[in-house]
Amino acid sequence: MTDPLLSVQNLQKHFPITKGLLKRQVGAVKAVDGVSFDVVKGETIGLVGESGCGKTTTGRLITRLIEPTGGKIVFEGHDITHASQGRMRPLRRDVQMIFQDPYSSLNPRHTVGAIVGAPFRIQGIKTEQGTKKAVQEILELVGLNPEHYNRYPHEFSGGQRQRIGIARTLALKPKLIIADEPVSALDVSIQAQVVNLLEDLQNELDLTYVVIAHDLSVVRHISDRVAVMYLGKIVELADRKSLYESPMHPYTNALLSAVPIPDPKRRKERERIRLQGDVPSPLNPPPACRFHTRCWKAQEICSQVEPPLLALATGHQVACHFPENAPAPGAVSTTGEGLVTADGGPAAGDGTAAE
Amino acid sequence: MTFLELKDLRIHFPTDDGLVKSVDGLSYSLERGKTLGIVGESGSGKSVTSLGILGLHKGGPAKISGEIWLDGEELVSASAEHVRTLRGKKMAMIFQDPLSAMHPFYTVGAQIIEAYRIHHNVSKKVARKHAIDMLDRVGIPQPDRRVDSYPHEFSGGMRQRAMIAMALSCDPELLIADEPTTALDVTVQAQILDLMRDLQRDFNAALIIITHDLGVVAELSDDILVMYAGKAIEYGTAEDIFERPEHPYTWGLLGSMPRLDRERTERLVPIKGTPPSLINVPQGCAFHPRCAYEDRTGGKSTTEVPALLESEGGHLVRCHLPRDVRRAVWENEIKPNLEAS
Repeated sequence: MTDPLLSVQNLQKHFPITKGLLKRQVGAVKAVDGVSFDVVKGETIGLVGESGCGKTTTGRLITRLIEPTGGKIVFEGHDITHASQGRMRPLRRDVQMIFQDPYSSLNPRHTVGAIVGAPFRIQGIKTEQGTKKAVQEILELVGLNPEHYNRYPHEFSGGQRQRIGIARTLALKPKLIIADEPVSALDVSIQAQVVNLLEDLQNELDLTYVVIAHDLSVVRHISDRVAVMYLGKIVELADRKSLYESPMHPYTNALLSAVPIPDPKRRKERERIRLQGDVPSPLNPPPACRFHTRCWKAQEICSQVEPPLLALATGHQVACHFPENAPAPGAVSTTGEGLVTADGGPAAGDGTAAE
Repeated sequence: MTFLELKDLRIHFPTDDGLVKSVDGLSYSLERGKTLGIVGESGSGKSVTSLGILGLHKGGPAKISGEIWLDGEELVSASAEHVRTLRGKKMAMIFQDPLSAMHPFYTVGAQIIEAYRIHHNVSKKVARKHAIDMLDRVGIPQPDRRVDSYPHEFSGGMRQRAMIAMALSCDPELLIADEPTTALDVTVQAQILDLMRDLQRDFNAALIIITHDLGVVAELSDDILVMYAGKAIEYGTAEDIFERPEHPYTWGLLGSMPRLDRERTERLVPIKGTPPSLINVPQGCAFHPRCAYEDRTGGKSTTEVPALLESEGGHLVRCHLPRDVRRAVWENEIKPNLEAS
């Protein structure tokens, strides 16, 4: 196996809650609490979960827009967890971000040329035929008219603005792109255009994506592997096919069954797993397995022992005491691929047998 | 008598840049106990129509013509005062964003009580009891305590439930839900959709659900209306729209959408271009600049606005393509692409 392009190890981000004049810390929102995954060059990994599960925070930690509390981020073999601004700057060429809202992520007072040209200016890169030519080439690449170089963002539609954002991201030919909800603000017909554009660009430019989204069908379409997050932790990580066809974690099952299916004939026969209530507050998450308060399979152990993220099948990691669709215990070695070792919890092996 | 009927409704807004024809000749009907899904992209006029039914354009700059018949009463020509007495009691609306639709300074209970007491001559105590009952009905835990909470103390899903409780508090016969679940997470969305289905059955209300999500529409609707640039372009039963869609725009919507219930397709099939500006709607068929089959209409699409004509059994389509061409294209060119090879 080749070295991963990006390796995230036990990443944590706790936002302190302060009180009073002296800003005494009274608690912490554990937005991301021990997340580990690898990203191999050329693949697309999807991070899904409901609001507040920490997927966006994870994206911002990887791009170092916010400072991690703990854990490690390794990009191309360099530990960048706490790299200084100065050390990060050259790396920013390689790691770029696409933002969700194409309205607030573009400066309304700058022209498209200035926006897409900014990375060249900031990084001090001189291109052969000048920045303008380079910018126009990128605009063409993302399907915009190069003659619109001097226009302002308000002259474009939502889909076109998202293309401008993507053009800026691509300016310096990055290796890794973090796309945070790249299509959720767009109309259905435009969403498909942008999804196809992202796929084409990946093939042409050999890009690696981390796509953060809440829409499970979009994530299935574009991802090679998918990580499901719940309250700051990854509960399941698998390749696309296994995750969608034989999900192991009850939460993944519930998420998938909640997606409305555009087929009126099937609405009657469909059985849906109804989760009760809302996601608990990350300020005070439930102990041990964080999903046990809403899980229909939960037993005593779930509120006492935290299930470790184990590889129960090749490339299929899940953190659950009572996983579904799991192969018989002993059939799979837990030491295969994956980052997590089995020393996290005592009863993990017994748990897999229960149904 | 039809419960709700729109006849050639037009809602136009004069602006400095020209006349915005948000709704341009829309007709549909809806019976009690039935659900109509209205689908369309931003700017297709789906929300403006609903605000028009509720009479919320009265006194504004909008120019409204046509007829809206609700239970034997015509609403376009009715006075603003009269429509006000119907609003809340006869018809109610669930808005997309409950945080901005609820007043942040008043408790959730106070807002439900206010709506109830406008239409019912009861004491505050009785109204409060009713508010608690409604909150209980929509599944808010500890309703007798939560009735005194402020909207910001509720989570997104609870807020949407409280909105539904408020809309249902006066037992409306027509309920309009404008993107009721768009702001919610998928598990909460499933809860709210179930709730709306149950409540509609219990109250036997007519429900209009407006959304851009074809999945949500398929879950709830009996009939579906697809809107584009202020006009209905396809109107039929849910099965007509999903099994035998005949308009290229509907095909485009279906092709744009990745689906979990089918094998993954290699490529999505988007609609080219972007939705038109309503000030400058394209000549002829408004969809023709984005239509992949425009060349098969014999040039009519750029000159003539197609009429909304019946294809079969109440399935209406606004398209210049001859019916057998549409059917052949759907069966041979579109449908196979939607299912993965």
